[in-house]
Amino acid sequence: METTGAMAETPLLDIENLRVTFRTSHGTVEAVRGIGFTLGRERLGIVGESGSGKSQTGRAILGLTAGNGEIRADRLRFHGQDLMGFGQREWRAIRGKRISMVMQDPIYSLNPVMTVGRQIVEAYTTHHRVSPREAKEKTLEMLAAVKIRDPESVFGRYPHEVSGGMGQRIMIAMMLIPDPDLIIADEPTSALDVTVQLQVLAILDDLVRERGMGLIFISHDLSLVSSFCDRILVMYKGRIMEELKASELHRAKHPYTRGLLDCLPSLDGPKAPLRVLRRDPAWEIG
Amino acid sequence: MTTRQWLLSASPASQMQARLGRAYVGWQSFRQNRLAVIGLAIILLLVLVAALADILAPYDPLASDLTQRLRAPGDGFLLGSDGLGRDILSRIIHGSRYTLMIVALVAITAAPVGLIVGTAAGFLGGWVDTVLMRITDIFLAFPKLILALAFVSALGPGIENAILAIALTSWPPYARVARAETLTVRGADYMAAARLQGISRTRQVLGHIAPMCIPSLIVRVTLDMAGIILTAAGLGFLGLGAQPPLPEWGAMIANGRQFLLDQWWVATMPGIAIFIVSLGFNLFGDGLRDVLDPKRGQ
Amino acid sequence: MPMLEIEYLNVRFSDTPVLKDVGLAVPRNASFGLVGESGSGKSTVLRTVCGLVDDWDGTISVADRKLGAKRDLAFYRTTQMVFQDPYGSLHPRHTIHRILSEPVKVHRLGDTEARVAAALAQVGLDATFRFRYPHQLSGGQRQRVAIARALILEPQLVLLDEPTSALDVSIQAEILNLLQDLQQRLGLTYVVVSHDLAIVAHMCETVAIMNRGRVVETVATGALGDTASLSPYSRQLLVASKGYDRAAVDRFVDFE
Repeated sequence: METTGAMAETPLLDIENLRVTFRTSHGTVEAVRGIGFTLGRERLGIVGESGSGKSQTGRAILGLTAGNGEIRADRLRFHGQDLMGFGQREWRAIRGKRISMVMQDPIYSLNPVMTVGRQIVEAYTTHHRVSPREAKEKTLEMLAAVKIRDPESVFGRYPHEVSGGMGQRIMIAMMLIPDPDLIIADEPTSALDVTVQLQVLAILDDLVRERGMGLIFISHDLSLVSSFCDRILVMYKGRIMEELKASELHRAKHPYTRGLLDCLPSLDGPKAPLRVLRRDPAWEIG
Repeated sequence: MTTRQWLLSASPASQMQARLGRAYVGWQSFRQNRLAVIGLAIILLLVLVAALADILAPYDPLASDLTQRLRAPGDGFLLGSDGLGRDILSRIIHGSRYTLMIVALVAITAAPVGLIVGTAAGFLGGWVDTVLMRITDIFLAFPKLILALAFVSALGPGIENAILAIALTSWPPYARVARAETLTVRGADYMAAARLQGISRTRQVLGHIAPMCIPSLIVRVTLDMAGIILTAAGLGFLGLGAQPPLPEWGAMIANGRQFLLDQWWVATMPGIAIFIVSLGFNLFGDGLRDVLDPKRGQ
Repeated sequence: MPMLEIEYLNVRFSDTPVLKDVGLAVPRNASFGLVGESGSGKSTVLRTVCGLVDDWDGTISVADRKLGAKRDLAFYRTTQMVFQDPYGSLHPRHTIHRILSEPVKVHRLGDTEARVAAALAQVGLDATFRFRYPHQLSGGQRQRVAIARALILEPQLVLLDEPTSALDVSIQAEILNLLQDLQQRLGLTYVVVSHDLAIVAHMCETVAIMNRGRVVETVATGALGDTASLSPYSRQLLVASKGYDRAAVDRFVDFE
């Protein structure tokens, strides 16, 4: 074990040379090919198109890679603790309690036959020994924290009885109630309307700031990520193309990032044909 | 270019090549399932035995010889002889023809009826759906064997009537499967697109909806085959199916009933034949399900 | 005369009003945008025009012909639609050839082989795609096939329902360029439905902003920069589509 010097604070997450490989009937597919980054108590955006490996990166950190997949890494540490050797039991102790994940579609992530309230209570009591009354109070508090106007009534509803935006807020409440140190949000608002999307993000933003959590925000939406996060990783075919400060996205140097920015239609842009992204095979080897 | 490369070509040159390629990919994945291949082998063996019954059977299945009655297996008769001195092996071999006939006739009558009723009900909706599905429900309300019994007693005993009765009682579950499948397909964007091309309703049902229903129907029919064989055997056993001296397996078991304790083989041998063929269809059906599942998007 | 004119269109789905007095006019060879959040009824407008919604009242005219309750075969030669999800709009068990040749046969246009080949070429797919199944194609390629299918009947009016929302941005750019190019070459009229203001601003001259079944306002896309002149709803939508701004979120209101 190498020791981290007293000078630098141990990062929340420290990854080096992470690889995720899947065995399929057509041979092996490398979804993530040797990426590395560190994360402090900040909002980190991972942007990429489909097949870039951004979601698989998030899943690997949570040990949620599908059964036919294999994770390898030179370093995969959370709070200085090595996640690589974790068994199922160790994962269960950390998942939900210290690292949580918010998925894209709350309807599929919530249990349809259990009321919203009970699911959040369960998420809380799994990791905290409290009386049922206390758990319910804490849940109502959390529902209020995600700006649900009438927590008492929402507590007793089933997932199909809430709208998409509210469902996502419930998901956030459920994921944040055990007070994790790190939240991984995988396209948490892509299924929502723009205004609702921003409202949900604002809630996530406030909570993450107040509680000093780290956030990994995975999205395909470059402009959203750049306005929401502190730092951005741009991924392509399982590799990180570029890492930059969110505020400096317009100064991106990598041709892939530039290409992505150029092919976005803009509100006041010319009607001329959009610039089309030319993919350089060298990016894959890089 | 090898045949395999031609079949797996990413850019087929004709509709035929595309279809064959797709079938080949299906076969490849079917082959992975060893039990399913065993099931297929059993079914092929049944077909082969039925086709070559005259050559394979060592004796005449109908010729009785009372001096040779109730011989034990091995004693001149591989699987023994029955109460009338007939060779059980030859009777089983010839009986495979009846089994195959029952299975084939039920499949080609009940499945299309179920498909048409189900897709029509699901696609047209409204009162057509209500009427068709209530009729289906009435049929489903009775146990299959009881209903078949009622039909056969009304139509008179005999193997043709038994097949008719089984077909009449088999289609309702197929109609249900086809309707359920139709309902999921009906709202798909590609059906809306078909409407916007001006494609007629008949063409929509036959060309667009039916292909989506047929795979699950085939699986269902295959898995039902065991039940159909057992129902036919049951009718035969009760004397309402094939009539003596026809070597139908169910009737053979009925025949052996009286000797069950002392001459066990008379009833057991056809029983084993029924068991093996039923198992074959079940294994094959399970394998087909994995290959044909329309939700795999292939 | 406009290519598409809608006046006082009302649609209800089992007693819930979905469209309320919707009116719009789309000139020939123009692109008209319909923008709104989910539940605004923007897609319902398209589905009603092309005959996928049975229960409506008001007037709809396409190419100077008033539409009745039923659409005849000739209607589908003037109006076609491209759907949002290219994974759901192509029949999974039909080859591309069958998908493209069926409308040609139904409308008895003749020359099936040549027409299918031309339709594929038109959307930038080479002949090797012809006998593939949809699952062998990428999302962008599928959407090209869907566009080819819409154009093979040589319509004048093409309804685009979120044509790129299921695609990656780089593929989106290719599809939007293709659509613009086809419009110029074939003199098409587009109605583009999208939740993304930027796409509509890029594609269209005019945009109708919808909310809860009503058209809030119809403006030239060039005027979107001048937020002061917009209605409060449109302004909020515009602010939201510019990205995350914590302070702006607090000023969001619910519009009835």
